[in-house]
Amino acid sequence: MSEARLMQGNEACAEGAVAAGVRFFGGYPITPSTEIAEYMAVNLPKVGGNFIQMEDEIAGIGVILGASLAGKKALTATSGPGFSLKQELIGYAAIAEIPAVIVNVQRMGPSTGQPTSPAQADIMQARWGTHGDHPMIALSPWTVRESFDVAVKAVNYSERFRTPVIILLDEVVGHLRERVELPSAHEIEIYPRRMPNTTKAQGYKAYTPMEDLVPNPANFGTGYRIHCTGLVHDETGFPSGSPKVTEQTIHRLHEKIMRVQDEITHYDEFFMDDAEIAVVAFGGTARTAYAAVEAARHAGQKVGMVRMMTIWPFAENVMRNLAKRVKGILVPEMNYGQYVYEVERAAAAQARVVSLPKYDAEVFTPDEIKQAIEKLAAEVAK
Amino acid sequence: MKEIRLSGSGGQGLITAGIILAEAAIMEGKQAVQSQSYGPEARGGSSKAEVLIDDHFIYHPKVVNPQIFLAMTQQAMDKYSHDLTPDSIVIVDEDLVQNPHGSEHIVKVPITNLSVEHLGRDLFANIIALGLLVKVTGAVSFETIQKAVAKRVPPATVPKNMEALRIGYESIQ
Repeated sequence: MSEARLMQGNEACAEGAVAAGVRFFGGYPITPSTEIAEYMAVNLPKVGGNFIQMEDEIAGIGVILGASLAGKKALTATSGPGFSLKQELIGYAAIAEIPAVIVNVQRMGPSTGQPTSPAQADIMQARWGTHGDHPMIALSPWTVRESFDVAVKAVNYSERFRTPVIILLDEVVGHLRERVELPSAHEIEIYPRRMPNTTKAQGYKAYTPMEDLVPNPANFGTGYRIHCTGLVHDETGFPSGSPKVTEQTIHRLHEKIMRVQDEITHYDEFFMDDAEIAVVAFGGTARTAYAAVEAARHAGQKVGMVRMMTIWPFAENVMRNLAKRVKGILVPEMNYGQYVYEVERAAAAQARVVSLPKYDAEVFTPDEIKQAIEKLAAEVAK
Repeated sequence: MKEIRLSGSGGQGLITAGIILAEAAIMEGKQAVQSQSYGPEARGGSSKAEVLIDDHFIYHPKVVNPQIFLAMTQQAMDKYSHDLTPDSIVIVDEDLVQNPHGSEHIVKVPITNLSVEHLGRDLFANIIALGLLVKVTGAVSFETIQKAVAKRVPPATVPKNMEALRIGYESIQ
């Protein structure tokens, strides 16, 4: 562990990414994500990495996909409008199976919205922002320390599954400074870049799936031929119009992640032992929710909290089981209501699911959430 | 828990002052969070920094009950004072805030003028304010805030910043 110091969420996220092996950053600065680019500009050259500021956000993700194909672990960071611009290439990374991490420090939208104000309104965009069927991994930290840990996980997952991974920070956590003690290098597990385990003579094909359904294409420039495309392709990497190949590819892209869903579903439970009401929250809102739940407990309410780090894939099993354990579920989120619909679907009417939306560019106060807990408790007691 | 809000105009250095205060608390082994809010402008516009200090992990990271409120402009005084309570202590730069309000406990100090008068420039107003805040809150010791300031500011400016801290600390009884 390092010495305790004051650190910002964005800075911890950037430091975590570098600790996990990121050596290339491409992007275009935008509030409230700019500190990540600043950190990378200063620190990547010190470890032999490269920082490049591109002409816009699209080029920012394009260049990290290129770097990743050439063997570098790579990351870009943005916010709202920039995240919208990056969507097409997120889909390209999904089908071409290029490891990449995209940080979206959420701010109020739509469009330019409220540039310096917090929001959590890109939950569904993270899942479905790029067109077509594709799997998605998105992680959302709630503390500065966890911003570091989530960055390490995101880089590792992107490498292990060869897929784009989104870090859904929000302005609250991204800009928050708090006391942290970070792990030292030997305490961090790093997933190395996957390498081909066959030669051309042994029948190497860039997109042959391994046992875990993930292929091991060679990095560009290492003596192998590789064809990389956003078209549906077969094991050779070349386009295929075959319905069978199409079906297999789309299925495999999902299945390589969904087969380990439980392993990559990270969450915490607090005060849940005898809880009749559960608050489900994530990111900066979860901090306020914790304060509200603690206060409601002191006031005698049987309320607990489930804090989600893994936003996508959706924690289907966690929510289904939760709905069987409690009478009511409250979902506060800094948007017009997004994650709550997934919770409601999984709960399948086993518990009453209530949305607590917030979209006035301010964060929740603990009292707002506490009052909603009391209201829901009164309703389910009837 | 200590709940402190510093407000003023962008460029007055109040976010930096908030960061230094939080760093000082961590040096004393405490928990501290610092957050900020500002408009899209690079300079000017109102800005605020909030610092919470406690012995335990701080979950909700924003001020709920402002015990100490510093205003360095009238605009910030008006914009960020909606939740002051009769117990809040309001500290203002008396030359820049003509109409302090929101509490009966108002401390008036010519913060910016002290900086110009003693240090030749208005640049040290935020550090004078920091000395003043430490005196009023007792959030950290004077020795710790000296260390925290020295760690943050450019080395060549350390003597002047130490002087600014002392001026702020001694500006009230």
